[in-house]
Amino acid sequence: MKIPAPQHSGAVGVARPRLEAPDKVAGKARYAADAAVPGSAFGYVVTAPVARGRVRHIDSEAVRGMPGVVGVLDHRNAPRLNPEAGNFFGPDGSLRLLQDDAIPYAGRPVALVVAETFEQARTAAAALRIDYATATHDTGFAADHPSARPASTAFGPDAEIGDVEAELAASAVIVDERYRTPEQHGAAMEPHSATAWWEDGRLQVLDCNQGPFTMAMTLAVLLRLDPAQVRIRAEHVGGGFGSKSMLGPHLVLAAMATTVLDRPVRVTLTRAQVFQTVAMRPATEQRLRIGADTDGRLRALHHEAAFAGSPIAEYVENCPEPSKVLYAAPAIRTRLTTVPLDILPPYSVRGPGLTPGSFALESAMDEVAERLGMDPVDVRLRNEPAAGPVTGLPFRGRNLAACLHEGARRFAWHTRDHRPRRRREGGLLIGTGMAATCFSTGALPSSATITAETDGTYTVAIGASDIGTGARTALTAIAADALDVGPERIRLRIADSDLGLAWAAGGSRGTTSWAWAITMAAAELRAAAPATRPFTVSADTSEAFAALPYAERHAYSAVFTQVAVDPATGEIRVRRLLGVFAVGRIVNPLLARSQAVGGLITGLSTALHEDGTRDRVTGRNANPDFAGYHIAAHADVPGIEAHFVPDHDPDDPSGIKGIGEIGTVGTAAAIANAVWHATGTRQRTLPLRLDRVLEPGRTEGDLPVR
Amino acid sequence: MKEFAYLRPTRIHDALTAAAGRDDVRYLAGGTNLVDLMKDEVYRPAVLVDVRHLPLDGVRDAPDGGLVIGATTTNSDVAAHPHVRLRYPALSQAILAGASGQLRNMATVAGNLLQRTRCGYFADPSQPCNKRAPGSGCPAIAGEHHNHAILDWSEHCAATHASDMAVALAAFDAVVHYETLDGPGIVTLADLYLPPGTTPDRETTLPAGALITAVALPGAAASRRSRYRKVRERASYAFATVSAAASLDVRDGRVHDVRIALGGVAARPWRARHAEAVLAQQAATTEHFRAAARAELEAARPLRGNAYKVALAENLITAVLDDLAASHDGSAAPYDTQEGSR
Repeated sequence: MKIPAPQHSGAVGVARPRLEAPDKVAGKARYAADAAVPGSAFGYVVTAPVARGRVRHIDSEAVRGMPGVVGVLDHRNAPRLNPEAGNFFGPDGSLRLLQDDAIPYAGRPVALVVAETFEQARTAAAALRIDYATATHDTGFAADHPSARPASTAFGPDAEIGDVEAELAASAVIVDERYRTPEQHGAAMEPHSATAWWEDGRLQVLDCNQGPFTMAMTLAVLLRLDPAQVRIRAEHVGGGFGSKSMLGPHLVLAAMATTVLDRPVRVTLTRAQVFQTVAMRPATEQRLRIGADTDGRLRALHHEAAFAGSPIAEYVENCPEPSKVLYAAPAIRTRLTTVPLDILPPYSVRGPGLTPGSFALESAMDEVAERLGMDPVDVRLRNEPAAGPVTGLPFRGRNLAACLHEGARRFAWHTRDHRPRRRREGGLLIGTGMAATCFSTGALPSSATITAETDGTYTVAIGASDIGTGARTALTAIAADALDVGPERIRLRIADSDLGLAWAAGGSRGTTSWAWAITMAAAELRAAAPATRPFTVSADTSEAFAALPYAERHAYSAVFTQVAVDPATGEIRVRRLLGVFAVGRIVNPLLARSQAVGGLITGLSTALHEDGTRDRVTGRNANPDFAGYHIAAHADVPGIEAHFVPDHDPDDPSGIKGIGEIGTVGTAAAIANAVWHATGTRQRTLPLRLDRVLEPGRTEGDLPVR
Repeated sequence: MKEFAYLRPTRIHDALTAAAGRDDVRYLAGGTNLVDLMKDEVYRPAVLVDVRHLPLDGVRDAPDGGLVIGATTTNSDVAAHPHVRLRYPALSQAILAGASGQLRNMATVAGNLLQRTRCGYFADPSQPCNKRAPGSGCPAIAGEHHNHAILDWSEHCAATHASDMAVALAAFDAVVHYETLDGPGIVTLADLYLPPGTTPDRETTLPAGALITAVALPGAAASRRSRYRKVRERASYAFATVSAAASLDVRDGRVHDVRIALGGVAARPWRARHAEAVLAQQAATTEHFRAAARAELEAARPLRGNAYKVALAENLITAVLDDLAASHDGSAAPYDTQEGSR
């Protein structure tokens, strides 16, 4: 249907704090592990310490008599699950828990001990004796690993336009380098927790996830239930970062346990278990070959990426995406390879694909500028494409150049001496760097229901998810404007799979998807002009989405930063971090800025800190807590500037794009480029650990500055 | 977590009696390390004896110009004490470089000294660890040891001591006072910790059941010109990769008195006596500082994955002594006491 333009009441574009903020600050908001469910038992997950092998014996009888123990689930008594169940990429073996004795990765749940209290369950779990048959495992990722194979084409085929070799041969300068990034974890503050129980023939679940509807559909398939039999709610979620975008092991185990034990069961992961059992971003190794003319114009762009995977689930870390979008070049080739290993199947973590991919591409672009002796901003502006460099499709709101110009102006970039290692402050080397990037945006099918109530208020129901970003607040403003009423008359219901088809808070597509459905329902309600109340309408964007023209839809950013490096110790401190973003129309400037600032900080962590390590002998995650897996502390975070340029997506009824991930993805390359500018040494491996940066035999007294 | 009994004596003798002859009793002070280890089932004590109600709190002046710090004085109180800040600035800086404000408000001096290593294998009962389960092996040596020891480790254990405070105390020749049912005793900080050797589970020379009552700092003019510098993977709230506490007294351009201790390099705070000896009466120059650092680190035996610590320790010793020498002649800005400023 044609959507009538809403008469904006003016809620969109106004800075408002999060609606639920007072409840969260006062401790009234109930997260998944907080809500009391009468009669609950508590499950404690037992995980395999070996990376490959099988369970030879579980002595569950020995712990059944321990204080409070209600039951023990393992592969011998757990309900049978549907092997077809999966995720966005297909069937997923990490969902099929307790089905057989096989151990495909360290941390694989092999049993669930359920007791009257969490402490009793934990104590019994610690006493549970399990014999393992250990097999030789392989967790050592390398791009040239013998098991490497082409990755799934779920995100489209590899790019192949022009003649890369001929263009490289004709290029004035060529950059040909490899870049490496480690495993990275979502690292949300709230550990995963789910409580499940049967009620009147329906499976009820309180969970923390990024999309109750998609979770419920997957769980129904997994348990071979009618989708109408499953209800999942996730009212408040303490951060997701991708780690709650798939059906978690806590939820699968809670659902199985309540089915077997016939009482509510809550399963909450410990921090270490979150690291060991919830999917992470895989390690990547990327090769960039870029050829350019002396004027900075690219001739060839060749981006090969390999990432670690698993034989039991498909996944795509779509690193080459920015190389298909950002720059014009007569020849572009991308290749995507997966290396199946004995590791937990990886999955989308904040800024999937683009975070490692942009680090590689934008580092290589900086190296192109270095070899040409050009301003890195100019090199990027020189290669602005008129249409999709690979697809030839038109761009919908392409404002990368505006981001670059505005960022350079605010940062006073024109004063920069582009030569490296020229600036000192005492023993510190000072440098600046920048990077550009993009993140795919758009909407996915969702539905919304609006009821015009007798008291003049409107109940807006949508299966959206607010993982702390302020979706509740943003959607209230969207609904208010769409209904042409003040936001105080909107009662928003979200986070419940019973509210119908809805995309998740993921892929930077939550707000766009939900806002579209709300806007459409509101238009129908206004068109109906109901004479009596209450009056309810529902709308589903599936058809409108299918009718959407193909186009290049992206958010853009330019990130500028200044760093100080102590070459004697390798310590890097980011002194200034400025991001300029084109993310479509801004729904709520306060929350948008918060999202962008948060993204820049997580990008800073990606650059300097995050380093999921594995024990090379056991294949186990070696730093499964926040003392070992570092993210930025307050002292690491400088004053951060986030700005937006005017932008809008003409095909979106509200003109908005996704803002979820663009804040993160450009930061690591900008910081790495600044470290090169400070020290004169390229850092092509993340994180920029001090042992990679420190210069032996150097202190201030004998510090050479070239 | 296993259930346990909890005692809260107000007399030292009662605490000692509760612990006497038992290996399943632990003294509880701030609990910032102990309780975590209990949750992870590394510790399964039958009894906790809370020592915070014993009369062991506070900092007082000693007749020799030094200080006596009560065992249950919190890290925050020690760091903020004006006499500590004036006479032993490196001690205040070291404490403030550790943990977080909340943890320092709970953690005590004695608890800090007796905290356990943060080696990930030690904290995970599903893994072998000679320190936790003697004879089970040390997976760190073949496995993950990016932040493990480079000095005086053994094939049985390569863990480091996690304390910042103890590094400064080692540089200042601190003396640990303790009580037992047989009477009081003292041990220098240098002699408090055992090298891992074949028994890494045995970490200190304290008699069984001993209760630390105080830490005494001898009076020394040189300690006023001291500093602590901690290098770590982020600006705050991380254990040291390598840290250095040093004091330097330069007279007529020559080293009159120098103390150096390192953290993050061994199972104990590492007093760099070799470097100190090399520097004695030498001209206070960068070249001599570096030569002394190199001399100290000749004994280093890095593991496969932590050789960077040798170069880092050498640079750090040199840099800290350079800073102290510069502050002597007034040619440099006063060094900062803020953590995370660079």
